[in-house]
Amino acid sequence: MTEMRRVTAICNGTVIDHVPAGHALKVLRMLRITGVQSSPVSLVMNVPSSKYGAKDIIKVEDRELTQDELDRLGLIAPHASVAIIRNYSVAEKREVELQNEMVNVARCTYSNCISLADREPLPHRMKVIDSEPLQLCCHYCGRSQDMDSVIENLI
Amino acid sequence: MSSDLITMDDLTNDEILELLEQASSLLPVARGESYLPLLQGKVLGNMFFEPSTRTRMSFETAMKRLGGGVVNLGALASSSVAKGETLYDTMRMVDGYCDVAALRHPRQGAAQYAADACEIPILNAGDGSGHHPTQTLLDLFTIMQAHGRLDLNVLMVGDLRYGRTVHSLSHALARFGATLTFVAPHALGMPGEIVKHLKEDGANVTESEDMLGNLPAADVIYMTRIQKERFPDEDEYRKVAGIYKLSRADLGKVKESMILMHPLPRVDEINPDVDGTSHAHYFEQAFNGVVTRMALLCRVLGVEVKT
Repeated sequence: MTEMRRVTAICNGTVIDHVPAGHALKVLRMLRITGVQSSPVSLVMNVPSSKYGAKDIIKVEDRELTQDELDRLGLIAPHASVAIIRNYSVAEKREVELQNEMVNVARCTYSNCISLADREPLPHRMKVIDSEPLQLCCHYCGRSQDMDSVIENLI
Repeated sequence: MSSDLITMDDLTNDEILELLEQASSLLPVARGESYLPLLQGKVLGNMFFEPSTRTRMSFETAMKRLGGGVVNLGALASSSVAKGETLYDTMRMVDGYCDVAALRHPRQGAAQYAADACEIPILNAGDGSGHHPTQTLLDLFTIMQAHGRLDLNVLMVGDLRYGRTVHSLSHALARFGATLTFVAPHALGMPGEIVKHLKEDGANVTESEDMLGNLPAADVIYMTRIQKERFPDEDEYRKVAGIYKLSRADLGKVKESMILMHPLPRVDEINPDVDGTSHAHYFEQAFNGVVTRMALLCRVLGVEVKT
């Protein structure tokens, strides 16, 4: 079978490559891309990758994701590579940077944590304890976070 | 140390030992034998969002023995909390009224949250099933007073799952080389995460459901109450309530120097017939809450205590 493009090149926007296979929908959720915006969004899932065996790719048209937005991806796609596209060319390459702390990315998974109390205004804060494998704990209650539950608690 | 005390990790071992030494030098002041107004003009905010007797009173006593003043949150029903005020807003207000605040709150992480909201030092007086570092300081002081060292065989008994005092104390004792034995019914065992951390830190930890067999080797027995208020339902509580009880008759084979501690209040874990033995240290332990909190208040308010 001849190689063919699954998704066409975009004129302007952001391409997120090397997303772990099967995680593209979570990435969209983390970036708060819900599909109700007018800009086209394309994604392919479980395509072959020489680096990782399989991967997902996301293309968001007419929107340049900021470094702050991209750093949210450290939670599930720390090795994603990102290209900002302008006029069909790669204008900038960006990496996801795992910060020491993730602010307002996910809520604590412990139901009795103060950060989950009604109307408390301070931000949700997760400290990164280790990066490989990723381990987080809540800045406030100190509880280690179950990563599957954290994904469910994305803000 | 930072100006807040949220967990025992905010204190180095040297800082802990220094605080215990300062507390020791303040004993005559705590007993009312001498007056030392080191904190005159300073105000403590006693912010107790959960019931407390010893912690609240000993903070207040500590402040007053040192010449300072105290304002209390008072009954929750008559405060703005009942009107739905957030912890953030309440603490921002206290930040303006006081020089230091002691906070007890049913939610874990409340002390760190308050510390982020406030400029003044925040002292964690218990946050949910999280930490209770000032209790740990008075526990360490009590052990040090009796044994002169902390690298001992310590037996902790009762509700180790929800008991924040034993969480903080076990971490602190492990740092000083103590050997820890945890005795609890399966449902109330020390949380796996804490046991894992203690072992990773090199602590010698044993878990058991047998209290009597572990009594003879202990230098310190730390009894705790099964906390009814932490159980989701009454049936679960009844299954384990009253499972561990100590009476004078059980103490026949213990070491002569063994001290029996309890953060109080007790229900039926320690029979009153133990009170008259040389092992009973729980009332002295409660008194030590005053002297250790005096030393701590001086420290976070930048007032030197001469030892």
